[in-house]
Amino acid sequence: MEIFDLTIHELHEKLKAKEVSSVEATRAMLDRIEAVDSQVNAYITVTPEQALVEAEEADRRIAAGDIASLTGIPVGLKDIFVTKGIRTTCGSRILENFVPPYDGTAVAKLKEQGAVIVGKLNQDEFAMGSSNESSYFGPCRNPWDLSCTPGGSSGGSAAAIAARTATATLGTDTGGSIRQPASHCGCVGLKPTYGRVSRYGVIAYASSLDQVGPLTRDVTDSALLLGAVAGYDPMDSTSVNTPVPDYVAGLGSGVKGMKIGLPKQYFIEGLDPDVKRAMDEAIALYKSLGAEIREVSLPNTEYAVATYYIIATAEASANLARYDGVRFGHRAENARGLAQMYAKSRAEGFGSEVKRRIMLGTYALSSGYYDAYYVKAQKVRTLIQQDFLNAFKEVDVLLTPIAPTPAFKIAEKLEDPLQMYLSDIFTIPVNLAGTCGISVPAGFSAAGLPIGLQLVGKPFGEQDILTAAYSFEKETQWHLKKAPL
Amino acid sequence: MGANMKYQVVIGLEVHTQLTTNTKIFCGCSTRFGAEPNSQTCPVCLGFPGALPVLNQQVVEYAIRAGLATNCSITQRNVFARKNYFYPDLPKGYQISQFDLPICQHGHLDIEVEGETKRIGITRIHMEEDAGKLVHADIPGVDDSCVDLNRACTPLLEIVSEPDMRSPDEAIAYLKKLHQIVMYLGICDGNLEEGSFRCDANVSLMPVGSTVFGTRAELKNINSFKFIKQAIEYEIERQAEILDDGGKVVQETRLFDPNTGTTRSMRGKEEAHDYRYFPDPDLVPVIISDDWIEKVRGGLPELPEAKRARFMSDLGLPEYDAEVLVASRELAQYFEDAFALFPQAKTVSNWVMGEVTRALNDDNNRSIAECPVTSALLADLLKLMEKGTISGKIAKTVFDEMYKTGNAPEKIVEEKGLVQVSDTGAIEAMIDEVLEKNPGQVAEYRGGKETLFGFFVGQVMRASKGKANPAVVNEMLLKKLQG
Ligand SMILES: [Zn+2]
Repeated sequence: MEIFDLTIHELHEKLKAKEVSSVEATRAMLDRIEAVDSQVNAYITVTPEQALVEAEEADRRIAAGDIASLTGIPVGLKDIFVTKGIRTTCGSRILENFVPPYDGTAVAKLKEQGAVIVGKLNQDEFAMGSSNESSYFGPCRNPWDLSCTPGGSSGGSAAAIAARTATATLGTDTGGSIRQPASHCGCVGLKPTYGRVSRYGVIAYASSLDQVGPLTRDVTDSALLLGAVAGYDPMDSTSVNTPVPDYVAGLGSGVKGMKIGLPKQYFIEGLDPDVKRAMDEAIALYKSLGAEIREVSLPNTEYAVATYYIIATAEASANLARYDGVRFGHRAENARGLAQMYAKSRAEGFGSEVKRRIMLGTYALSSGYYDAYYVKAQKVRTLIQQDFLNAFKEVDVLLTPIAPTPAFKIAEKLEDPLQMYLSDIFTIPVNLAGTCGISVPAGFSAAGLPIGLQLVGKPFGEQDILTAAYSFEKETQWHLKKAPL
Repeated sequence: MGANMKYQVVIGLEVHTQLTTNTKIFCGCSTRFGAEPNSQTCPVCLGFPGALPVLNQQVVEYAIRAGLATNCSITQRNVFARKNYFYPDLPKGYQISQFDLPICQHGHLDIEVEGETKRIGITRIHMEEDAGKLVHADIPGVDDSCVDLNRACTPLLEIVSEPDMRSPDEAIAYLKKLHQIVMYLGICDGNLEEGSFRCDANVSLMPVGSTVFGTRAELKNINSFKFIKQAIEYEIERQAEILDDGGKVVQETRLFDPNTGTTRSMRGKEEAHDYRYFPDPDLVPVIISDDWIEKVRGGLPELPEAKRARFMSDLGLPEYDAEVLVASRELAQYFEDAFALFPQAKTVSNWVMGEVTRALNDDNNRSIAECPVTSALLADLLKLMEKGTISGKIAKTVFDEMYKTGNAPEKIVEEKGLVQVSDTGAIEAMIDEVLEKNPGQVAEYRGGKETLFGFFVGQVMRASKGKANPAVVNEMLLKKLQG
C-alpha cells in the first residue's frame, strides 16, 4: 500500500512508530498530486514549499514525542478557508489573487495539531453549485469517471480523497456541499450541526446554513477530524459552547436497539434504481445488526428546496457585497467613476451562477417582496426544523439517500439550473434544520459510480451518526474500493 | 422671518452618538480618535472574507443606560440587521444596525424654552456600527480618494426623536439636553468637531393650524449647535419661499454649508435607497434580562435634572447657580467635592462660578478636569478665608497664584506674607496714622458726613497692603471716629 492510500489513523500509527516521516508522506502526496491532478483538477493551489516546511516541523515534534492525531498528516482545504499567506480564491475570479492576512479558526486548529497543508481545493464559485462546474478555475472531475462531475460545491475536497491526493480534507456544506460530493466520490463526508464548528475564516456563502466539515476515507478519520476542528470559538458568535466528545472513542458502540427512521418523503418514485437498491440493502443490513427501522414523516420536505434558494441567496446577496473592487480582489480597469468601477469589477469578477444567485437574493429582499419571499421562507424553515425535532422524538437517526442519482456527466445539467438545484433535494433540509448529517459509501451503480447513504442525527448528535456509519462501514467495506486512476 | 406667521415648522432630530467604549462594536480594535489611517483595523472591521462580527457587550450596556436616562422601554430580545448599500468606506457592503426592534423605544425628554417646559418624544434608540472615512487626497493632478477604516465598526447609538419640535430654539434645547445626558452617562465624549455627537434634522413646514405635516427635507451631519440652528433657520426660509410661491417642497437630503449658511441638495428621492434590511445571520439575538436592566439602572449616575433640583432644595442654591453648576458632570462634581470639604454651598458656588470658571476660560477654555486648583485646594483656600487668616480680596490673589503654581494656599500665604493682620495694636497704629493725615475728612465725618467711613476703611486697608482684617478695622475705626 502506498503512503497516499493511508487513512489518517493508519498514517498516524506509522508516523508514531517512525516507520515513515511526515516529510516522506508529504513528498509522496505532492508527487501523487503532480502525477494525477492534471486529470482531476482538484487543486486550485498546491503549496509544496510551505507543506515541506510544515512537515519538517511535524517531524521535529514527533521526534520530541509530541504527536497529536493530525501531526504530520497531509491535508487539503477547500479554497473557501482563508489561509494566511496562501492565495484563497473561493473558486472565483474576483479573488483570483487574494492572499489573506489571517488564518481562520478551523485552519488554525489544524495547524496547532501539526497537520500539513498541501494545497487549496477546487470548488464551485463561492460554494454555489452542485457539480463544481461553476469554478473560475475549471471544473473538477470525478476520479471514478473523468467525464463526470465530482458533485459540489466541495467537489475538489471529495475528488482529492478519491484520487488519493490528500489524506483528508475540509469542506463546507450549505445545502449538501460536503455530503453530495462525498457520495459521488465514494468518501465519507460529514456536515456537523450548525454551530459545532467555527465559521470564522470561512468565506461566507449563506451564513445561517454554512458549516465546516471533514471529508475522509473512512468514518474513523471523519470522527478524528471533526474532533480536531469542533468547539466553541469566541470569534464566531453563532458557534455553540457545548463540550466536544471523543467521537472516535464512541464509534464502536454499535446500532443494536438504535431506532432508525426512514422519512417517507425521501423514498419516492423516480429515485434512481441503483440508489434505491443501495438504500434497500443498507436498511436490510441495519436490521440484521439489530437496529429498529421505522417510517417517519417530514411533511414539509417538498418546500425545502424553494425555501433554501430564498434564504441562501438572500444571505449571499449581502455576503458578496464586499467584493466591490475597492480594497482587495479584482478591480476592473478603465472604469469611469465609482459606480462603474463597482459594476464592472463585479461583472468581470463573478461568474454567471453567482450573479444569478445575487439577483435572486436581492429580489427576495427588496421592498415589496420581502414579506412574500424572505419572511415566508423563514417561517417555512421553522416548520422544517419542527419536522426534524418531531421525527427525533421517535427515532435516533434518519436514513435517506444523498442524491437522487449517482454523479452526472459534466455539462449535463448546466443548461438547466432548476434540475441542478434539485440534486440537493435530500441534503438541503438538514441545513435548514441546522442539524447534522453524514454521507457514507453504500455501493456502486451499474456504471461503477459510488453511491452514498445519508444518516441524519439530532442537533449535536454527531456521535449517533458516526457510530451508525461506522457499524455500516465495518460490514460493507465499500470505502476500501479505489478509483481507477 | 415673516414666514413664521403663516407656517408652523416641524422638526425631528436624529442624533448619532459615538460611544466611548475602548474597543469597536464587533471586534477588538481600539476606537481612539486621530491615529494613523488604517492602523486600528483587523479582518473583522476591514470586512475581509471569512471574518465575523462578535458583539461588544459594553455597547449594549451603554445603550441601556441611554434608554433608561431618556425614559425609554428596553427591548429584551434584540436582533441586528444588515442594511445593504454600496459605499467605498463601508467595508462589508452593508452596515450592521438594528431595524424593526431597536433596543430602546417610546421615551421622552423634557426641555425648557422661554421658561416653559415641553416634552419631546424619543421614538427609538438603536445600536449600529459606523462606517470608515474617505480621505480625498489634496494633490494636484491626483483625483484618487483614500479610505481610512479606523472609524469603521466603532459603536454608535442613533437616537431618533419624534417630530415634536416647533422652533429652532426647541431643537437646540433638545440637542443640548441630550448632549448633557450622554456626557453625564459617560457613554459619549460629546465632541462635536470630531463627530462623536452629530445630528441630522428633518424639517418641514405646514400652514398654522394644520395637523398634516408638510414634505420634509433632511439636513445631514451637522456638527455644531450653531450650525444646526443656522441650517434649520435657513431651511424654514427656503421652504416658506417655495410654499409662498405656490411650489412644492421635494423630499430630499440636503447638506449645510457653514461658509454660506445655506443648505443645498445632496440627493433627491429618485435615488432613495432600498436598504433590503434583514436579520444578520452572523449575530445571535441579544437577550437582555430584567436583572441586567436593573443592574444598569442601579449604576446610573444622578442626572442633571435631579442634581439641579437637589442643589436647590438641599443646598439652598439659587436656580441660576444650580443650572450653571450642573451644566457638565465634571463641573458639578468639582463643586460637590469642594462642598464636601467646605460645606457652605453659596460661597463654594460663587467661587466655582466666579474665579474658577474665569481662570479656566482665560486659560484657553481649559476643562475643569485639568484645573490646577483642585476641589480640595479650593476648599483649603476657603477655610483660610473663613478662619480670617486672609481676607476675601487676598484670597483672590492667592487663588491666582495657586492656579499658576498648583501650590497649596497655606504655602503661598506664608511665602508671600499674606497673613491677615488682626492684631489690634498694629491696626490701631495704622488707623491713628490715617486719621492724623486726613484731619479735614475727620472733621467732615464728625460733622455728619458718614459716607466718608468707607474712605477711612480704604485708607487703612491700603496702609496694611490689604492684609488688615476688615472686621477689626471697621470696629476700631468706628470707635475712634466716634470717640
Ligand atoms: Zn477591527
